[in-house]
Amino acid sequence: MTRANIDVERLREHFRTMARIRAFEEAAEAGQKSGEIRGAVHLSVGQEAVASGICANLRRSDYLVSTHRVHGHTIAKGADVTAMMAELLGKAGGTCQGKGGSMHIADFSIGMLGANGVVGAGIPIAAGAAHAVKLRGGSEIVACFFGDGAVNRGPFLEGLNWARIYDLPILFICEDNGFAATTRTRSLTGGPGPAARAEALGIPARIVDGNAVEEVDAAAAERVTRIREGGGPQFILAQTYRLKGHTAHDPATYRPAAEVEEKQRRDPIELCRETLLLRGVPAAALAADEAAARVEIAAAVAAARAQPWGDESLAWRDVQDMGAPA
Amino acid sequence: MTLMSYLEAGKRALAEEMRRDPAVWALGEDLGRGGVFGQYKGLAEEFGPQRICDTPISEACIMGAAVGAALVGTRPVVEMRFSDFALCAIDELVNQAAKARYMFGGQGRVPLVVREPVGMWRSSAAQHSQSLEAWYAHIPGLVVVTPSTPADNYGLLKAAIRCDDPVVYMEHKDLWPLEGEVEADGEALPLGKARILRQGGDLTIVAWSGVLRTVRQAAEALAGTGVAAEVIDLRTLYPWDRETVLASAARTRRLLVVHEAVAIGGFGGEIAATAAEELGVRVKRLGAPRLPVAYAPPLEAQCRVSEAQIVAAARTLL
Repeated sequence: MTRANIDVERLREHFRTMARIRAFEEAAEAGQKSGEIRGAVHLSVGQEAVASGICANLRRSDYLVSTHRVHGHTIAKGADVTAMMAELLGKAGGTCQGKGGSMHIADFSIGMLGANGVVGAGIPIAAGAAHAVKLRGGSEIVACFFGDGAVNRGPFLEGLNWARIYDLPILFICEDNGFAATTRTRSLTGGPGPAARAEALGIPARIVDGNAVEEVDAAAAERVTRIREGGGPQFILAQTYRLKGHTAHDPATYRPAAEVEEKQRRDPIELCRETLLLRGVPAAALAADEAAARVEIAAAVAAARAQPWGDESLAWRDVQDMGAPA
Repeated sequence: MTLMSYLEAGKRALAEEMRRDPAVWALGEDLGRGGVFGQYKGLAEEFGPQRICDTPISEACIMGAAVGAALVGTRPVVEMRFSDFALCAIDELVNQAAKARYMFGGQGRVPLVVREPVGMWRSSAAQHSQSLEAWYAHIPGLVVVTPSTPADNYGLLKAAIRCDDPVVYMEHKDLWPLEGEVEADGEALPLGKARILRQGGDLTIVAWSGVLRTVRQAAEALAGTGVAAEVIDLRTLYPWDRETVLASAARTRRLLVVHEAVAIGGFGGEIAATAAEELGVRVKRLGAPRLPVAYAPPLEAQCRVSEAQIVAAARTLL
């Protein structure tokens, strides 16, 4: 099993990343409930292993294209959590100056080309970024996350086909959390599912337990190596579970409590903790990691809160000015 | 100056910009074979299949990929074949291209040009004949350009390619063979600047794209009866040249806007309303009835603004 082979320090790093994502999203959820964070906030609680396992294999210069459920990917790629929290609070110091909010977080300084409010819309954008890399002979790769709901949209077919025919350096990650918004995706999806669809388009696909971070990490490492060696597009289907609702306001009463309880036992952070304990890491050390994550996020919330709103003139900036390159 | 067609002028502008800037590339269906109208003929031979990129019939991905490629520093020129087909890529254009710079707080820009040939041409019927420029003028973030002459197709396409914001570039299919003088290795024209085609003091007629040929004929006919119409080619729909239009309308006190697009909800309404609000001048609009374009010539003609209609509309303003 990969579990036995993984480096303890690397796994501990995953634990820390997942704890930071969890702490960030718990703060985001609280902010949404208090009304301090507006708009739609989509939580990835229970899916942190996918973000951490994939992004640990990316370089800062690699590109990332995400979805509306964006926080985990962005944190794992290395974004500044204070700027992210400021964005959720709509402050001028946010990653997007408060003009995007949770659903439009982007951080170009780490190659994060944007969340997206439209399901599946990131797939062609990611294909285009990879196409540009290939055109200019670059060495970056593109990681493109999308959910199981996206595989029923046209851009999924068009984007995967595009990546295949141009042989682009792109890793597709279908994060299957079981739900397309508030409906079970299985009930809406024909055929054997996302991995088979990728394979049908000639893209090698691998299915992993998306709650086992070491498994995601190992699969990503293998696929990313293939891409960097010129192997073209690769596909990972990470099967996970969304422990929260579609948005932070959605109580997700459309599923039985017993199901959620059972899935809670497979919480990726808990699975990772068990493995680390078995490998001799003291429980107190892991508790300290979690406490440190909460302290870091609390400080980010405080710092973001203290920031001013953007000046009204900001609303008028960056619309269009037809500026030409110098 | 060289005599060339509207089609050749566009091709020449693209080729010159591709020689000037290695970040410029074109993508779309059948481009390697010259494009559906031949407006890319010979370019694949000069620039190779990477920069003149043949794509699958995947409009959404063509446009979406161009957005991604633009965000990471290239300057894609997207070919949509017929503007009607661009509707398959409307999320990518309206929600992605037009919004990315703004909603990401200026971190990235989307310097893409989407070429969308418009208009009635060779009885192409309801799905290959539309003029939907007003839709795009409505979207914050998009520049909308509608060249009507070879010189403009040359200078405005260069400007569009150099523009750092997304440009919807609408060539009129019926203008492809139109010949005119073009300055070889010339300059880009400024976007957002109209051109006065004919001076006159009795009324102002604003139009753009293919219908300008009919407008010119109507202005000739009016001149024959002693009515001097000032004819303005708007050239860029957004940002539109309010200054030129309003200065003319302030002189003539009468404004007629003519377009091939459906009159209801058309961009003529915006211009007429602005002139009425700002100057209190008399205004009138002419466009197609709210009908899908039919195939048979006499039925298709129901959607075409005629010289007689323009002359009659002008007379009602006098």
